[in-house]
Amino acid sequence: MTKILNVRNLRKTYTSGSKNLTVIDDISFSIEEGDTFAIVGPSGSGKTTLLGLCAGLDEINEGIIELCGEDLSTLNEDQRALLRNEKVGFIFQDFQLLPTLTALENVSVPLELQGDPNATKEAMKLLTKVGLAERHNHYPSQLSGGEQQRVALARAFSNKPSILFADEPTGNLDEETGEKVIKLLFDLNAEMGTTLVIVTHDLELAKLNQHILRLKGGKIVINETTILS
Amino acid sequence: MAWRDGKASGKRLLLFMASIILGIAAVVSIQSFSDNLTDNIGLQSKALMGADFLIDSNQPANERVVELMDSIGGADAKEVNFASMAAFTKSGATKLVQVRGIEGGFPFYGELETDPISAAQEYQEKGGALVDATAMLQYNLKPGDSVKLGTTTFSIIGALITAPGSTGIGATAAPPIIVPFRFMEQSGLLQRGSRLGYNYYFKNPGIDLKALNTKIDPLLDAENADLDSHIDTSERLGRRYSNVARFLNLVAFIALLLGCVGIASSVHIYIKEKLKSVAVLKCLGATRKQTFLIYLIQIAGMGLLGGLIGTVIGLLLQQTFPLILQEFLPFEVEISTSFQSIFIGLLLGVFMSVLFALSPLVNTWFVSPLQVLRVQENTSNKSRPYQIWVILAIVLFVLLFAYWLLGRWTYAASFVVGIITTFSILAGVSMIFMRFIKQNFPNSWSFSARQSLLNLYRPNNQTVVLILAIGIGTFLISTLYFTKDFLLAKTAFESNSESPNLILFDVQTEQRNDVANTIKPKGLPVIDNIPIVTMRMVRIKNQNVNDLRLDSTSQVNKWILNHEFRTTYRDSMIASEKIVEGKWIPTIEPNAKVIPISLADNVANDALVTLGDTILFNVQGKLMTTVVGNIRQVDWARMQLNFSIVFPKGILENAPQFHVLSTNAPDKKASALLQRELVKKFPNVSIIDLRQVVTLVENILDKISWVITFMAFFSILTGVIVLIGSVRNSKYQRIRESVLLRTLGAQSKQILKINSLEYLFLGVLGSGVGVLLSLVSSFLLAYFVFDTPFIPSWIPFLVVFPGIAILVLLIGLFNSRGVLNSPPLQVLRKEGS
Repeated sequence: MTKILNVRNLRKTYTSGSKNLTVIDDISFSIEEGDTFAIVGPSGSGKTTLLGLCAGLDEINEGIIELCGEDLSTLNEDQRALLRNEKVGFIFQDFQLLPTLTALENVSVPLELQGDPNATKEAMKLLTKVGLAERHNHYPSQLSGGEQQRVALARAFSNKPSILFADEPTGNLDEETGEKVIKLLFDLNAEMGTTLVIVTHDLELAKLNQHILRLKGGKIVINETTILS
Repeated sequence: MAWRDGKASGKRLLLFMASIILGIAAVVSIQSFSDNLTDNIGLQSKALMGADFLIDSNQPANERVVELMDSIGGADAKEVNFASMAAFTKSGATKLVQVRGIEGGFPFYGELETDPISAAQEYQEKGGALVDATAMLQYNLKPGDSVKLGTTTFSIIGALITAPGSTGIGATAAPPIIVPFRFMEQSGLLQRGSRLGYNYYFKNPGIDLKALNTKIDPLLDAENADLDSHIDTSERLGRRYSNVARFLNLVAFIALLLGCVGIASSVHIYIKEKLKSVAVLKCLGATRKQTFLIYLIQIAGMGLLGGLIGTVIGLLLQQTFPLILQEFLPFEVEISTSFQSIFIGLLLGVFMSVLFALSPLVNTWFVSPLQVLRVQENTSNKSRPYQIWVILAIVLFVLLFAYWLLGRWTYAASFVVGIITTFSILAGVSMIFMRFIKQNFPNSWSFSARQSLLNLYRPNNQTVVLILAIGIGTFLISTLYFTKDFLLAKTAFESNSESPNLILFDVQTEQRNDVANTIKPKGLPVIDNIPIVTMRMVRIKNQNVNDLRLDSTSQVNKWILNHEFRTTYRDSMIASEKIVEGKWIPTIEPNAKVIPISLADNVANDALVTLGDTILFNVQGKLMTTVVGNIRQVDWARMQLNFSIVFPKGILENAPQFHVLSTNAPDKKASALLQRELVKKFPNVSIIDLRQVVTLVENILDKISWVITFMAFFSILTGVIVLIGSVRNSKYQRIRESVLLRTLGAQSKQILKINSLEYLFLGVLGSGVGVLLSLVSSFLLAYFVFDTPFIPSWIPFLVVFPGIAILVLLIGLFNSRGVLNSPPLQVLRKEGS
């Protein structure tokens, strides 16, 4: 199997006034193509920062991150953006849909950025898959939380990503809706063969993944492989 | 609590405040300066006239007038003034000037400011001339050089810097030359046809001017003379300048209103974001009044500070007004601080910001503590009745302030209606346009272009306010250019060889052929040879003019009764005329008893006559009964000789008359050579060079437009501040959107393109709507006010429209720097949202 994400001796420090705050401290791990991977830990343990760094959303201080075979430290912001656009998908806790765009337009954004002439058609297919075909003309403000997250799911898969990063995807949803969204996420993931990296507090959700990485104080406490039922 | 809460939002509150600073600065500076002007005019009223009162007439005082003058102690000084050609012997150059022949100790108040100072005292004794200082510079003249007026050559004693009675922009057209009165008769310039004015000055500080006016003025009127006191002069001048000040004040007030719209919009977003905090405070036991007061005090404090800064800037700007308005001022204005203006600045700052912020502030009153747990949407429904009261209060305040500025309810109401209409049209057009874009969305456009268009609809957008601010500024500037252009087009003349560009006035009948024979050998044509006969009205319909003068109920316009008409006779109409009633009568038998004449429509209206009415004229001693045969519409602005009264051929040929001849000189050099020769041979003939007139009109319009542009820039700058405020208000939203797009793979150039296009759309929409609206208003101005065809200038389309659109783009991008620089990781962090 090929390593789609390879993290070696990663360190990230933020400067606040005269103080340095190390939020990620010498972390190393790797993820195989097609794996499902959960990052868990208490608040402030560095989960979201790690996810952001792995996705090339911020620059690292020390160490190496190789995403889809590319060393992120050798890429500038636009090159990283291009990599994300072509190979990475995202799901956020607070959905992060563009309020001025309809559900269909939101889903088509990554394809539009690529200049894909079939963006709308592809986006409609994905909206149908998440069961929102009839609401394609609705704006985010006209959709419930669960519906917004389903739109975000469709958007995350629209560019057929090699790896998908999800930050607390059920954090803003009730239990029942959360379960439906997770089922949809794993179904789509299985269908498309995408590598999945989920940051979550929810241990039940974490256990659905093949690997679990536990963080505390910016360090790896446990890196375990689960036995999926 | 207001202070503690405000501290955290300090920068944003300061930006709201900045929206009104310029408006207040504009109002305070103009208000303060016009107070100075009024005070100065009042203080210097005697110096402006140079006497306590004067009696003026366009003929020398007859026996009866002398008798009347003697009854009040006799005149202390006299003057004859008229336009004439001056020939500067050193260079040979000629120029139309205003000659003032003075006798006696005039001025009794104020002074003839000359260089050297002694020239003012010496010119009478030495029999020399004081020549306008600007003309001296223009023609490189020095004291000791000479100037020829008519047949008399005067030595120039000094440069005339200021003189009572020679003030304002009139002096630019015909600069004054002062000479002793005793040389006037011998100069040969006091001839038939010359438009002379005689002033008899009186120094009598103890006299009751009102009583004098009541007693003597009607008697003087009967002799075609008039009494004018220094108070009348200063009141007339005061009215003229207060009209200008009112206009400038209104433009400043518009800038302030624009700033207030910006405040209302910004505070709306500010309060919307604070509603959650209000709910929390209410949960913790704060009363409605307490939470309301927290934000009211913040806004009032901001308004007071804005008012204070605006007032200080206004007072500094006030110092520059004498420079900005120097061409229009009759005298040097002493600048002093007007406490009334300071008070108004502070009052406006607090009152306007609170009033305009009240509408969003009212929402805090109705926020339920439950909002902490759940978002409720019904706040605005509950506050709606209060919002209506707030709007009514705003309209009432604007009406009262406009009344205070304009002094008449009708004007104030028109201003309010005008402002509401303009604002509504701009806001309406921008809303319709945005709805049109939404309904006909250009789906085929690129993603960046579509995304930037959609950004105009983002939550908490200020698109309409921005379009309003940009639109008003553009509207003012474009209207200015359109108006200036059609006014210039109106004064322009055809530049072909058949159209005259040199007009020769006051040509006596016996000089007619000699003048023509001077022109023709130079290969130049004599285009017009128009006879002019002067006359006055003696009876209109069945009423004597003298009776009409005394009849206070008469609606006949006074100028008709006192005017000496310069009429002509011809058998055909000219291009600037159009018959509106009756029919043209080309000729008439010399012994006809009733003579049909043609009246210009304005004369017919002012004299209250219509077709078939009789008018008795005194044609230099001979009475002549006429009947209104037709009424003409005359385009007075056409650069040609127009007449309010035209006789048919056949009746006036033998009346005492003088002539106006015209020719076309192909270039400036030929024109100067001809003028020089004509002035030498015929010193009584005045020449108007239409090329110079057009340049003069252009100069005057340039000066006016500079003042208006200066004021319009307050609106533009206010618009810029509102724009900066708006960009700042939506900065976090923009960062969030850009960062999200970046996370989804957008590259820097794509985000830059989206941001640039958004500002470009704003700029194009705002300035586009402004230019289009000004096109309509300028057309209405041209059609209804100036009665001229409207051919739009290209400047607003080629310069103002793109210029303002690019300015908006640059300001937007400059203020969005942070958006492009924010790292994408912020999308995962909640503080960015």
